[in-house]
Amino acid sequence: MAFDPNEPMKDRITDIGPPHYEQFFPPVIKENYGKWKYHEILEPGVLVHVSETGAEVYTVRVGGCRLMSVDIIREICELADKHCDGYVRWTTRNNVEFMVDDKAKLQPMIDDLRSRKFDGGSNKFPIGGTGAGITNIVHTQGWLHCHTPAIDASGIVKSVLDELYDDFVGMRLPAQVRIALACCLNMCGAVHCSDIAILGVHRKPPFIEHDRVSKVCEIPLAIAACPTAAIKPTKVDDMKSLAVKNERCMFCGNCYTMCPAMPLANAEGDGIALWVGGKVSNARSVPAFSKLAVPYIPNEPPRWPTTVQTIKKIVEVYASDANRYERVGEWIDRIGWERFFEKTELEFRHEHIDDYRLAMTTWRTTTQFKW
Amino acid sequence: MALKHKTPLLDELEKGPWPSFVSDIKQIAERKPMCDDLLGVMEQSYVDKEGHWKHGGIVGVLGYGGGVIGRYCDRPDLFPNVAHFHTMRVNQPSSKFYNTDILRRICELWERRGSGLTNMHGSTGDIILLGTTTDELEQVFYELTHNLDMDLGGSGSNLRTPSCCLGKARCEWSCIDTQAITTDLTNEYQDELHRPAFPYKFKFKTSGCPNDCVAAIARADCSIIGTWRDQIRIDQEAVKAYAAGELAPNGNAHGTGPAVLDIQKEVCDLCPTRCIDWDGKNLKIWDENCTRCMHCINVMPRALRPGTDTGATILCGAKAPILEGAQLSSVIIPFIKMEEPYEEFKDFVDKMWDWWMENGKNRERLGEQIQRMGLREFLKAVELEPDPRMINTPRYNPYIFYDPADVPGGWEIDAKAYREKHQA
Repeated sequence: MAFDPNEPMKDRITDIGPPHYEQFFPPVIKENYGKWKYHEILEPGVLVHVSETGAEVYTVRVGGCRLMSVDIIREICELADKHCDGYVRWTTRNNVEFMVDDKAKLQPMIDDLRSRKFDGGSNKFPIGGTGAGITNIVHTQGWLHCHTPAIDASGIVKSVLDELYDDFVGMRLPAQVRIALACCLNMCGAVHCSDIAILGVHRKPPFIEHDRVSKVCEIPLAIAACPTAAIKPTKVDDMKSLAVKNERCMFCGNCYTMCPAMPLANAEGDGIALWVGGKVSNARSVPAFSKLAVPYIPNEPPRWPTTVQTIKKIVEVYASDANRYERVGEWIDRIGWERFFEKTELEFRHEHIDDYRLAMTTWRTTTQFKW
Repeated sequence: MALKHKTPLLDELEKGPWPSFVSDIKQIAERKPMCDDLLGVMEQSYVDKEGHWKHGGIVGVLGYGGGVIGRYCDRPDLFPNVAHFHTMRVNQPSSKFYNTDILRRICELWERRGSGLTNMHGSTGDIILLGTTTDELEQVFYELTHNLDMDLGGSGSNLRTPSCCLGKARCEWSCIDTQAITTDLTNEYQDELHRPAFPYKFKFKTSGCPNDCVAAIARADCSIIGTWRDQIRIDQEAVKAYAAGELAPNGNAHGTGPAVLDIQKEVCDLCPTRCIDWDGKNLKIWDENCTRCMHCINVMPRALRPGTDTGATILCGAKAPILEGAQLSSVIIPFIKMEEPYEEFKDFVDKMWDWWMENGKNRERLGEQIQRMGLREFLKAVELEPDPRMINTPRYNPYIFYDPADVPGGWEIDAKAYREKHQA
């Protein structure tokens, strides 16, 4: 049976929801559900979980590109059939996890994973992403598929992870470092609570295509979309259109989302802002937002060297200066922002001082600071 | 077969140790013209430093108001095979375990009816089938529902596909059954997931413990985070083994192997409420002062475990910056058991959504509405009493919006009687 376009509602099935998760559990997971007692990282990327029943499951975590062809998924299936009785899972951070219930099955699988490379030479299945290291960078679509990006996503992530590769396959850092990328302020990737966040930013206000506005936009929605009320209705040559008070624009792009006749992407204006010190875990300190470290780095395809080297520098300073268990934000809280900018040699500029809503809650209201 | 477009810039991304998405796409581009043109349009963006995709336009499958993201190339003259390049969001099984049979069937379907490219997975959690044409959408949906027992996820002003950590499936810390909760909510709210009736998007995310591996507190309008009310379970012998260097601290996250753990320095002194005492023989936790941050449990996973009176803390309002700035979720229900059939929780959800749908402005997230109207109004709507666990500090401004019902006599004043007492 196939879909019949002449009778689209015939035999229609809707609202069935996702397939039930339990059918995809390997037997060792199903049998020990809720009975796990403790875990340990045997080596970077390799974990053992031990059950109250004495059962063990060994997991090998490999970094995956979030963007993945069916060819790679089929190769993952081949590996899972060969080593894991046909089961596999993905993590929230786009890693792939292969699980076996017997330690003897571990090394052959690891050797197999390590041996597989793309024609271009890169590893297909790098093992790591555990413990006090850098795990996979979660990211958005970028120039590959999004209509509002200020930057690419996959290419920057590839460039950064090539540079930080040793920290993906190692665990030398004071604590885990979570990096995330979002290609515009919409932040589909929710990067706002990451140890290091890479964010695409615009720096030029939208321009208005007056002859298109009334055809493709709902004018009141475009006006309402602006958080700073910078957009007003106007008439240009008898055409209903919009006007932007440029000095009020903070380049969020929300108007463009509502009105395609207000593009703001621009090669000279767009680029990367870097943010540091966010976390979501409640361990020790409470969850925190990432704060601005570098307001703007130009787009430098194909390898984004300035962005890559700036992130590398932050990671190295953190690695040498933070105490064990301290996340990036906890380290900065201890040493102070004046020391952070000094040690990382990042320029402190007027953009770092908040002038948006509630800005005064971020100003220093004490005589306590460091020389 | 030679590829159609020269891609000298993208070719640079085939180098280096991290898996190359360019190598991956090049491989499939040899047999999929859509992928060939996708490499072309990507290279064009690398030259121009600007994207080449247009606004979505209305595409979808009949009867659903979400799950398909329309996408058109703004240079179909140069890249005709990606003139349409729509995305379908497919609801993932909770916590993303698969068998190879279902994965191969997804691959077969998507190679035949789409680009053969995916995201495993999108930020919200769905399987993303990336790139197909308008005429394939109904076909893919038909095959998904009839042959794969799979369904589309959410997009637009819908409930978005709920997601969770792997919970009890392979974690010793999960205080709630994250998969069961996520699957139950997804099935309960299929109508909200598929047919837009909200002011804007709404996300549920469920983490099993306060380590919050799915970032529920930062990303979900309603964050469900596992916790406990009783005592941390202690195995004193294992504590001594950590102190003696017989076990690897922090689950060996630092790769030290078995090594002496300085319990005073690495556990007690880093406890945010300093509620742990260690005398070299015995570990004492003053649980009444514990805020369940997870640090001590993370560092000594073989000695310490969450308590057994488990449930969840419900927090609301997290979102990314657009529109009014990023927010973290705030505590609304300090503790709820979260056991099937989750009636108490669903009752809360009904009240929350009623209030939001009645009062929310177009494209206003729940967190923004709470900020605009006040947490008090939200608590009234969901019929919860104020609790100090909901705040970091009481207000420090004196501008209180009193309700006339709370003041004897209300706000009706007898002006004549007033002036009889007080001459003007």
